[in-house]
Amino acid sequence: MADKVLDAKGLNCPLPILKAKKALKEVPAGGTLEVLATDPGSVADFAAFCRTTGNEIVEQSHDGNIYRFVIKHTA
Amino acid sequence: MDTQATDATAANAKSMSIIVTKGSLDWAYPPFILGTTAAAMGVDVTMFFTFYGLPLLLKEINPQVTALGNAAMKMPMMGMHIGMPNIMGMIPGVDAAATVMMKNLIKKKGVASIEELREAAVESDIKLIACQMTMDLFEYKLEDMIPGITVGGAATYMENALKADINLFI
Repeated sequence: MADKVLDAKGLNCPLPILKAKKALKEVPAGGTLEVLATDPGSVADFAAFCRTTGNEIVEQSHDGNIYRFVIKHTA
Repeated sequence: MDTQATDATAANAKSMSIIVTKGSLDWAYPPFILGTTAAAMGVDVTMFFTFYGLPLLLKEINPQVTALGNAAMKMPMMGMHIGMPNIMGMIPGVDAAATVMMKNLIKKKGVASIEELREAAVESDIKLIACQMTMDLFEYKLEDMIPGITVGGAATYMENALKADINLFI
């Protein structure tokens, strides 16, 4: 169970990233944020976001048109 | 104290500057999207608003889109993409209709509004600089602009740009 869940469904670039960044601030270091998105571009963008900021995608899945990411707040 | 942002900035230690020269609805998107995303990724961002980009810092904004000189502009309509010949942009009401159409698409597709992105820019401590010369030229006053911006000229921009990893002119 993630420490926080962000519902970014229906939002388009760059809103899922901007909202995730904001939500991560409320997640303690070492904690996790679960993001739900429908933007297909979020797959590449969350990977790039995490590589650049040093946060870590610990889980990723795809169900229908919903993309789910669990990001560990490490940076 | 925003430790997260500070940590990210320290870890990344990258910076970017963007010169924003256009204020139409379509052209306002790239600088605000890239600026806010870069800030979310720990980049120190400066945006310099000059010429037609300057009104994007006004308290009340209502960016419009025009078909004039925008030959590639096509809108999805009735299951296809329909272009607008330049001459249509000269007919009164066409630009207003195109703007309404684009704003509806923006809402429907979950794309942020310019106002929303500008708010995110302010929240993420992006340095917003209004061009002093443009303010004089087009007679804008600082009190008409959103709070928290600074006013500067070419040298102010250059000081930032010389230190930045990325400089964009949009």
